[in-house]
Amino acid sequence: MDIRRRNNVTVTGNPRGPAVVLAHGFGCDQNMWRLTVPALAEDYRVVLFDYVGSGRSDPSAFREDRYASLDGYARDAVEVCEALDLRDAVFVGHSVSAMTGVLAAGMAPERIGALVMVAPSPRYIDDEGYRGGFSAQDIDELLASLEANYLGWSAAMAPVIMGTPDRPELGEELRNSFCATDPDMARVFARTTFLSDSRDDLGKVKVPTLVLECAQDAIAPREVGAFVHRAVPGSELVTLEAVGHCPHLSAPEATNAAITAFLAGLR
Amino acid sequence: MCRSGRQPDPHEAGGNDAGNAAFAALLEDSAEELYETAPCGYLSTLMDGTIAKINATLLGWLGLERSAVVGRMRFTDLLTVGGRLYHETHFAPLLRMQGEIGGIALEIRGAEGVRIPVLVSSAVKYGGEGEPLLIRTTVFDARDRRSYEEELLRRKREAEAAREQAEAAREQAETDRVRLQEALATLQQSLLPDVLPDVPGLEAAAHYHTASPERLGGDFYDLFAVDGKRWAFFLGDVCGKGPQAAAVTSLTRYTLRAAALHDPDPVAALSTLNAVLHERYTGGDPRYCTAVFGLLEPDPATGQVAVRIAAGGHPPAVVLRADGRADFLPTPGGLLVGILSDPRFVSASTVLAPGDTLLLYTDGLTEARTGEDRATLYGDQALLGFAAGQAGKPARDVIRALTGLLDDFGDGLDDDTALLALGVPAHPAPDPVTKNAR
Repeated sequence: MDIRRRNNVTVTGNPRGPAVVLAHGFGCDQNMWRLTVPALAEDYRVVLFDYVGSGRSDPSAFREDRYASLDGYARDAVEVCEALDLRDAVFVGHSVSAMTGVLAAGMAPERIGALVMVAPSPRYIDDEGYRGGFSAQDIDELLASLEANYLGWSAAMAPVIMGTPDRPELGEELRNSFCATDPDMARVFARTTFLSDSRDDLGKVKVPTLVLECAQDAIAPREVGAFVHRAVPGSELVTLEAVGHCPHLSAPEATNAAITAFLAGLR
Repeated sequence: MCRSGRQPDPHEAGGNDAGNAAFAALLEDSAEELYETAPCGYLSTLMDGTIAKINATLLGWLGLERSAVVGRMRFTDLLTVGGRLYHETHFAPLLRMQGEIGGIALEIRGAEGVRIPVLVSSAVKYGGEGEPLLIRTTVFDARDRRSYEEELLRRKREAEAAREQAEAAREQAETDRVRLQEALATLQQSLLPDVLPDVPGLEAAAHYHTASPERLGGDFYDLFAVDGKRWAFFLGDVCGKGPQAAAVTSLTRYTLRAAALHDPDPVAALSTLNAVLHERYTGGDPRYCTAVFGLLEPDPATGQVAVRIAAGGHPPAVVLRADGRADFLPTPGGLLVGILSDPRFVSASTVLAPGDTLLLYTDGLTEARTGEDRATLYGDQALLGFAAGQAGKPARDVIRALTGLLDDFGDGLDDDTALLALGVPAHPAPDPVTKNAR
């Protein structure tokens, strides 16, 4: 199987630089990193990809049983690293992908040498002695919102989205396409994401880790950031003066500065 | 920013009728009023979502005072939790990347905890340097629209469920059909002999054509030993099709076999069958059959076989002679078996010499529809002509030829058809040399 094609892998930046893998979270695709890539391109080999079921990945590769657990998404990440034969890559994961990175680093320790966790949450639903910020009913509401918004998705449009991987500028007809996903696959990703519980995996991290949290994040509140920081041995916590769950879009300078400082410290 | 004075259209100047007055009143609707009391919600937020401006319509839906909202709440605070998740994972990123986003279905938390389905559109306002300054958002009441969409979604789910059910039912039906077909085929086989017995000095061949695998046919035949010197055979057609006909066929077959052992006289055997069917099926569900029953008595000395048959309501047997003739062996006036308590059965006799064949058949053969328009019955004379063409051939060749004829009828043959040929071989089994010479 051609993993590069399956996961719509993009490689850019400095071919001789250390590899940095940018992994999108639930919702959109690798375009989420468009303001991050320029800050890394000069010194690093930047790898972007879409998880199967998101963006312009190959929908025929989607297997509900595989992607019903975060391990399936972590295997996507590992297979992308293997396809490019990356060693000691820095894995930058946004939101649920921060946890995917933790799992991937456990699966392929030789491939992943450091982690950047952007707005991570190891568990979204409240538990005894743990506040994730959400109840199970809230997740059902999100699934209903997904159902009510196909966001530019239609079965007829799928080939258009799939068939133009190298198109530089997306036209009007591709409005909202960054988030256009097959609704059935999006539902699986949403359930897998928001019903996941990876708290026990945090303690197994053996690589240098940067935890980036936002000052005001409706999805990953400060106490979750603190939990992750405490749980990942030797991790570094940076709180960005940013609002929302996507600091790489809403506060790109601060986010890029934190990431590049961490990367520089690794060299 | 808001115009307060009136600036009448030049064309309207001087007009003073009711229409103009209404138009003038419309113009008095200031931009401020348009904003505040528009039939949709308006709000402007800073890039971090903090609400900077909100119109009275939206405040009314929310049941909130302006002072409690402006500068104090973010846009996401107005949303339900699920909507907030959706906003963070889809809405906000897309708005950042595209500068605008339209028609997103969300729910806001209205006055007294009521959830109001809304359609939200936002656009980013940029400064002179292209830097994002604020977000303008319109909020449309979508209660009716949403209940309509939910109805559509519900119907879609129902349709999908129904489709899956139908598919499962179809698969089940197919499985059942195959199983039923196998059961019917087994049952059908049980009504016919597996193999015909060896009769000294006689060659027997048979064929059964099933018109429809779904429907049990009512035709039957058999050939069996009565004692060391005599063999009995029968062939017939039970009225109707399906399980009831199969039950009659089964009863008929075993009755004739038992009757023959008791008294192999053909008329006696048919009379016994008549009594059994008449007794069994009197009342609301009369069942009857046509049948020809015969007794074979080979004479080892001459190589000839004496045949005596009796028939009730059945098409006449055909005798194919070694010299190329074919004749009916008439049994006129015989009545259907099982109809009357005291029927009349007619017997007939003949002798089969070497090269002669007795052919028995059911009316599926003679009543096959032929011709372009499938309007003509094949008929007795055509059969006689065809049989004459086969006269002198071994019984299995006669059956093979007739099987080919049945195949040629195609969809003109819509009934089950049974064929039984009993022939006396023309010569003793030839050795390979003479066989090649023929």
